[in-house]
Amino acid sequence: MGLYSLSAMLLAAVVAIAIMAVSETFAIFVPGLLQGAWLTLQIALLGCVLAVTMAVLAALARLYGPLPLRWLANTYVEVFRGTSALVQLFWLFFVLPHFGLTLEPFTVAVVGLGLNVGAYGAEVVRGAILGIVPGQWEATVALNMTRWQALRRVILPQAFVAMIPPWGNLFIELLKSTALVSLITLGDLAFRAQQMNQTTMKTIPIFTLVLLMYLVMSLAITICMRLLERRATRGLARGRSA
Amino acid sequence: MNTANDATEQPMVRFDGVTKSYGALTVLDDLRLDIGRGEKVAIIGPSGSGKTTVLRMLMTLERINDGVIWVDGEPMTHMEKGGRLVPADPRHLRRVRAKVGMVFQHFNLFPHMTALGNCIEAPITVLGLSRREAEERAAELLDLVGLADKKEHYPAQLSGGQQQRVAIARALAMRPKVMLFDEVTSALDPELCGEVLQVIRKLGSEHDLTMLMVTHQMGFAKEFADRVCFFYQGKICEQGNPQDMFAAPQNERTRQFLRAVMDSV
Ligand SMILES: Nc1ncnc2c1ncn2[C@@H]1O[C@H](COP(=O)(O)OP(=O)(O)O)[C@@H](O)[C@H]1O
Ligand SMILES: [Mg+2]
Repeated sequence: MGLYSLSAMLLAAVVAIAIMAVSETFAIFVPGLLQGAWLTLQIALLGCVLAVTMAVLAALARLYGPLPLRWLANTYVEVFRGTSALVQLFWLFFVLPHFGLTLEPFTVAVVGLGLNVGAYGAEVVRGAILGIVPGQWEATVALNMTRWQALRRVILPQAFVAMIPPWGNLFIELLKSTALVSLITLGDLAFRAQQMNQTTMKTIPIFTLVLLMYLVMSLAITICMRLLERRATRGLARGRSA
Repeated sequence: MNTANDATEQPMVRFDGVTKSYGALTVLDDLRLDIGRGEKVAIIGPSGSGKTTVLRMLMTLERINDGVIWVDGEPMTHMEKGGRLVPADPRHLRRVRAKVGMVFQHFNLFPHMTALGNCIEAPITVLGLSRREAEERAAELLDLVGLADKKEHYPAQLSGGQQQRVAIARALAMRPKVMLFDEVTSALDPELCGEVLQVIRKLGSEHDLTMLMVTHQMGFAKEFADRVCFFYQGKICEQGNPQDMFAAPQNERTRQFLRAVMDSV
């Protein structure tokens, strides 16, 4: 979908929420849900930052690290891809304290989801780096650059472009999986909705609002990634679909 | 110990019994070849005869299996340790390969950088030039290759011939002593070859560069090169000055090859 239709959808969703916020019957739900949405957003954003960091580190370690580091990164990726995010959150929250490490629920949420998505992201980063044609590396050798200089200045900036769309998907996955944190005592958007639903039984307005709020956040992510992609492909335009 | 004087008497490049194989396939067999300072050497030969491999080994893009490659009087693939030659470590390799630059068949420009960006990248990150110095140097070279007005263009906005000329300027910006050209016009439409060859001609006359070029353009080789080497199945089958060799090739294989190439034109 184009940027304009995405923006139109975003605008429509925001307007719908605004209308509900001023209508008599729905207005009472909005502040509580917004509070939940704010927590969800914080977890998602910090989780994304951690995920990208871990993904880049793990991908570089797997590709170019010395053996022990490569092994460590492989283990990280396989463990976090091979078990469910819920189990990881529970493990960090309920099991780690038995080993003497007690983390705040918020920290567990960010670390758990960030590490989980980072493991998938590591494959995205690795694939994008391996997708750069050998001729680019050869040019850096001919210019006498070190491997690190080549990565930093030539390979990663190009791989970055290829990574943007899959990262967009991962960020949205992360946003959606934040609903799991209600199970480790956090009052996120999903948690607030369930709570209100249990006390008021107004299922339709509550979950309509919740749906719209998640939609606003994921549309915002999609739009940001599109803008980023457009910026990053400037100059590369010819021969690629615009 | 070599004195400066000795060094200038040594060849710029020496392949000393170099062998390269991929598994069981020996691509170059005991290659012995000296290239003088400022000499222009054209490498010709049928496809698969090892021409590209010669350049790639000299650019350190391929490891060699046996022998030693010397550049500017010192071993490149090896280094001296306790009076013996041992395989070079990465630092030694980098130091010596700084004297060599290469232009590729498919340009290999950095697509995310402008023409100017391509030319200043390595001078800044590798040589440590200031941005201003690097830009001055790059502007001079882009002018030399006739692209002073295309500085801010990205590779995708340039024709093949223009891209290849940027690639030449980019390589020259590192001030190499030896330049390698691997079929630099064969990815170009015929009408764009001329502008690239013109630039190479200019380099040959204005610069005291040692040049080693793989080419299928016999006309250009004849006019430009001091020496032509004919490769066949990983060996130098015949070499000599272009006039003699093209007029009266001594070897049957050379004759066959030249006949085939001339017929195809
Ligand atoms: N990476 C490689 N792996 C295996 N064989 C290779 C590789 N690169 C080149 N060769 C083989 O080495 C021989 C020489 O190749 P090359 O130097 O590219 O020839 P030319 O440039 O003269 O056409 C060919 O037979 C080719 O198939
Ligand atoms: Mg070749």
